[in-house]
Amino acid sequence: MLRLTWRNLLARKVRLLMSTLAIVLGIGFLAGVMTFSTGLNATFDNIVKGSTSDGLVRPAGDIQGANAGVGTTQVITPEDVEALDALPEVEDAVGSVDGIGSFLLGEDGKLVGGQGAPTLAFNYAPTENMAGEQILELTAGGWPSEPGEITLDTSSAERGSYAVGDEVTMIVPSVGETRRTFTLVGTADFNGGGTAGATLVLLDTAEAQEIFLDGQDAFTSVALTAADGVSQAELAAAADAVVPEGFAGVTGDEVVEETQDQIGQFLDVISIFLTTFAVIAIVVGAFIIFNTFSILVSQRVRESALLRALGASKRQVTRSVLIEAFLMSVVGATLGLLLGLGLSRALAGLFRTFGLDIAGEVLTLTPFTIAAGYVTGILVTMVAAFVPARRAAKVPPVAAMRDDLVVQEKGMGRRLLLGSIALVVGVALAAAGLTGAPGTDAIWIGAGAVIWVITTAVLAPVLGKPVLLACRSVFGRVFGTAGRLAGENALRNPRRTGATASALMIGLAVVSAVGVLASSLSATNDKVVDDAFRSDFLVQMPTFQGFPAQYGDRMEDVDGVDLVSRQQGTPVSVEVDGRSDQSFAAGVDPAYFEIYDLTIVEGTEEITGRQALLSEGRAADLGARPGDTIDVSFPGGETIPVEVVGVFEDSPTTGGITVPLSVLEDAGIKRSDSSLSITVEDGADRAAVKQDLEDVVEELPILSVQDKVEFKELISGQVNQLLYVIYGLLALAVIIAVIGIVNTLGLSVLERTREIGLLRAVGLSRRRLRTMITLESVAIALLGAVLGMVLGLVIGVVLRQSLKDDLTELSLPLDNLLVFLVVAVIFGVLAAIVPAIRASRMKVLDAIATE
Amino acid sequence: MTEHTLGEATQGVAASAHDLVKTYGKGEAEVRALDGVTIDLMQGEFTAVMGPSGSGKSTLMHCLAALDTPTSGEAVVDGTSLGKLKDKDLTTLRRERVGFVFQSFNLVPTLTAEENILLPLNLAGRKPDRAWFDQVVDAVGLRPRLGHRPSEMSGGQQQRVACARALVSQPRIVFADEPTGNLDSTSSAEVLGFLRRSVDEFGQTVVMVTHDPVAASYTDRVVFLADGRIVDELRNPDRDQILEKMVGLQDAAAAKAAG
Repeated sequence: MLRLTWRNLLARKVRLLMSTLAIVLGIGFLAGVMTFSTGLNATFDNIVKGSTSDGLVRPAGDIQGANAGVGTTQVITPEDVEALDALPEVEDAVGSVDGIGSFLLGEDGKLVGGQGAPTLAFNYAPTENMAGEQILELTAGGWPSEPGEITLDTSSAERGSYAVGDEVTMIVPSVGETRRTFTLVGTADFNGGGTAGATLVLLDTAEAQEIFLDGQDAFTSVALTAADGVSQAELAAAADAVVPEGFAGVTGDEVVEETQDQIGQFLDVISIFLTTFAVIAIVVGAFIIFNTFSILVSQRVRESALLRALGASKRQVTRSVLIEAFLMSVVGATLGLLLGLGLSRALAGLFRTFGLDIAGEVLTLTPFTIAAGYVTGILVTMVAAFVPARRAAKVPPVAAMRDDLVVQEKGMGRRLLLGSIALVVGVALAAAGLTGAPGTDAIWIGAGAVIWVITTAVLAPVLGKPVLLACRSVFGRVFGTAGRLAGENALRNPRRTGATASALMIGLAVVSAVGVLASSLSATNDKVVDDAFRSDFLVQMPTFQGFPAQYGDRMEDVDGVDLVSRQQGTPVSVEVDGRSDQSFAAGVDPAYFEIYDLTIVEGTEEITGRQALLSEGRAADLGARPGDTIDVSFPGGETIPVEVVGVFEDSPTTGGITVPLSVLEDAGIKRSDSSLSITVEDGADRAAVKQDLEDVVEELPILSVQDKVEFKELISGQVNQLLYVIYGLLALAVIIAVIGIVNTLGLSVLERTREIGLLRAVGLSRRRLRTMITLESVAIALLGAVLGMVLGLVIGVVLRQSLKDDLTELSLPLDNLLVFLVVAVIFGVLAAIVPAIRASRMKVLDAIATE
Repeated sequence: MTEHTLGEATQGVAASAHDLVKTYGKGEAEVRALDGVTIDLMQGEFTAVMGPSGSGKSTLMHCLAALDTPTSGEAVVDGTSLGKLKDKDLTTLRRERVGFVFQSFNLVPTLTAEENILLPLNLAGRKPDRAWFDQVVDAVGLRPRLGHRPSEMSGGQQQRVACARALVSQPRIVFADEPTGNLDSTSSAEVLGFLRRSVDEFGQTVVMVTHDPVAASYTDRVVFLADGRIVDELRNPDRDQILEKMVGLQDAAAAKAAG
C-alpha cells in the first residue's frame, strides 16, 4: 500500500508540485517572519548587553528621559563622580553626557537615518560593558579628543557619505547657533555589533558639556565598573548610598531588562503583525491543498473502487491518501523553511534600507522555527486532505465495474443548512460584540468574521451561482460559443469552482475589510483636522520628536506672523487605581488658548503656575475633578503636584494632561518644542509668510511647515503607507490563491481531455479553446473577488461600527474595490496561460483516444 | 463433463442467490434489474451468465460478489449470508474469499505486473505463497513480463495479469465480468483457456458474465437471464446451442420492445 502511495506521488509530480508550492510559500513566509523576528531580537540583545556597564548612576524615577527622547536638567558633578570612583566596590566610574535632540545631516544636507531610529549623542570616554570589554570599538581613525572633533558609527558615516577627515554637519539644541560643523576623526561601533539603525555621535567631553549642558562641568549619568568579586547588586547599593539627591544607582542587569522590555514591545508588534499575514497565507494554502486532493480523489475514483473491490478497507484507502499528503507536506515544509531563511535575509535587507541593521549571522533557523514549520505544514496539509481522503474511501467498490460512475456527492441541502446556521451564529457573535458583551468588541466581531469567512467558503457553490450565471451570459454574448462553454464549465462543478474561488475570497475579504478601516480612518482624520486645525500653519517633525526652541523664537520675528503657540510634550506617570500609569502631558503657552477653543465641560480653561486641565478621558481614569490635586512624575525623577482647574472634551490638539510650559521647566525638562501653531496677521501674504517660515527651518529638512491641506495629506499619506504595506503582505495570500486557480484549471483540463479532443474534432480552433479556458479562469477569479469584497465590506463596516468612538466617519473605498476587481480579472487571465497552452497543444486524436 | 482433480469440490455450493430483487430509481422511473433470482453456483464449476443487454446479468454478479447490495432477497457466498454484513466484513470477505476479473482489466497503472498481481495480498497484509504465485504466473505465461507496467503490455497480457491477480489469493470463487469484452479473438482464447484450466487443474470456481457465445462455450454451465429473471439453462453447452438460445431471447426482447 505504501508503495502504491509513493508511486501515485511520483506519477502526479506536476500536479502535486503546484499544491506543494502552496505549502512552500505559506511555511516560507512563516519561517521567514520567525527567523527575522529572532534575528531582530538577537541584534537588539547583543547591542543592549554589549553597551551596558556593570552599574549605572542616573536620575531617579519611573521614566528615563533618555528613553523618552526628552532632555532633563538634573546633573551630577565631577566631584560626585570622584566620590563614586573612590568607593572600594567601584573599580572605575566614568561620567557620561547623554545628548538629546541633536540631528546628524548627511553630505547632501538630508537627515541621516531618515525617520527611523534616534540619534544618540554622547561624550567619548572608555567604558567597559558587563562582559569586561570596551563598549565601543573603533573601525577606522580615532576617538574625538578635542572640541570640533567627532566620531560616528560606521553605517551612519557611510549613509551620510562621510569619510574620515570630512566636515560633518549637525543640528544641536544648544543656545545660539543650532547648526554646527565638526571634523570626522574616526568611525566606531558598539561591541555587540551594529547599531540597529541608530545614529551614534561621539564628541569630546568638554564640547558635549558645552552643547548639551550649557557649558556646566557636569554629567547626566555615570557608568560604573565593579571591582573584582563585587556583584552588580553590591555595586548598585554602594553607589546609591553616595549619589546626590535625585539620582539612583542601578545594576546593569536592570538597565538591560528595562531596555529589552521597551524594545520587546515594539518587536512583538512587528512580529505579531507579520505572523498574522503568514497565517492568512497558510489558511489560503489549506484551501488549495483541499482542492487539489479533492480533484485528485475524484480522478482516481476508479482506482479507489478497484482497491475496495480487491479488499482494501475504507481505512486503508483513507490512509493511502493521507500518507500522500504527509509526504507532500514534509517536502513542502522543508522547501518552505529554506525559502523562509532566504526571505528573512531579504526582509533584513529591506529593513537595512530603513536604517535597521541586522547582522546576517543571527538570521538562522532555530530548532523552534524548524519545529513550528514542520508541525504547521504537516498539520495543515493533513487536515486539508482529510475530507477528500474520506471521500475517496466512500467510493463504492462497484464503481470499478462501471464506466459512468462519479463520486456520489451529497446534495447541497445539508451544506446550505449548516452554512445558514453558521451564518446566524456569526451574526449573533458580531451583534454580541456591538451591543457590549464583556471583553473587547473586536474579539467578538473577529470570531464572527472568521465564521463568516468559513461559511462563505462552504456556501461558495451556492452563493456563487448568480455570479457564475452572470459570467456565463456575459461571456456567451461577448465571446460566442467559447464563452458560453467557459461559463458552463465554471458552473459544471460548483464545489470545485467554489473552493478554488474561496482561496482568493479570503485574501480579498481581508484586503477589503482593511480598506474600509483605512478609508474610514482617513475620513475621520480629515474631519478631525477640519474641526481642530485652527492655526494657519503647523510646524512639526513627522516623528513628533522635539526640536530646538530657537526655531520658534525665530519664527516669532517673521514678518506677518501674528501668534506662535509653543507646545512641548513629554511622557509622565500618574497614579491610577494605586498603580503608576504612563500618560502624556502637554506643556502649552497662553497663545495656545488664543488659537484653539477647547470645549470646557467643567471648571475653567485659565491655567497658571502649577495648575492643569484634564481631558474627559483622563479625568475619568484619574477620578479627578476641578479642585483636586494630582501628582505628576516627570522624566528625571521630579514629581510635581498640580491642581486640576478644568476638564475639556477630548481634543487632538493637546495632551490628556495639559499644563503651562513652566511646569515642565520646574520639573527639570529641557526646553524644546514638539509643535508650533502659527497664525498670520490679517492682510498678510500667506504664501510669503510660509516661505519665510520655511527658510527658518531650512537647515533641518524633516521639520516642516504645513497648512491644513498639507497636514491632511501628511496624515492620509501615513495611513496609506501602512495600507500599502498591508496590501503588499496580503499579496502573498493572493498569489497562493492564483496558484490554486492554475492548479484547478490544469487538473480540469486533464480531466476533460476527451471532451476537449471532441470539441477540437468538431472544429473549435486552438485560439477559441484558449479563450474558453481563460474565461473559465476569469469566472473563478471574479467569483472569488466578488464574494471576498462583499464579505470584506460587511466585516469592515461592522468593525468600524465597533470602533466608532475613534473612527467617527464611515467611508467605503469603492474606487479601490474597482481596482481589486480589475486586478482579479488580470490574475484570472494570467492563471489560465499555462493550462490553456497545454490544452491547445493536445493532439485531437490522442485526446479522443484517451480513456 | 471434464475430469476434476479435486472431485469432492464439485459437491458444495460456492455461492447462491435466493429470490434476489434489485431495483433502481423510484416510482415511475423504477427499474427492476433483478426480479426474484434464485440460483446455486456449484464449487469447481465454470458457470457463464448470459442474457441480452439490460437483462440484469451484471447486477446479479455485483450482488453475488458483495459489490452491491440487493433490494431484497439473500445472497450467500461460501456459506456466509451477505445481507447482515457490515462494510468492514464485506471488505474482508471480498479480500479473502472473492476474486475479480474486469472487462477493462483495471490494473493500477503505476504498479508493475507483479505488484498488481500481489496487490490483494498486500492489502490484506498477507505474505504471498511463493510456490502458488509461481504456479499461477506460469499458468498465465507472464513470467517474462512481471517487471512491466500495464502501459507496456498488450490487452491480452493485461487481462492475464488481472486473472492472475484474481487467483493469487486463492479465493473460493472468481467473478469475471465480460473478461474478453475488450480483447481480440486470439487474446480471448488465451484468457478463456486459462480460466478453463484454473477450474480443471486448480479446482477453482469461476462465474463469468458474457454475451459472447464463443466465450460461454468454454464453460460447464450457462444460465440465461432476461428481464431480471432466469429463463433457461444449458449444461456442457456448445456454441450453436448457445447462439440459438440467445437469438431466441433477443427476438423476444425485440418483440417486447416493439409491442
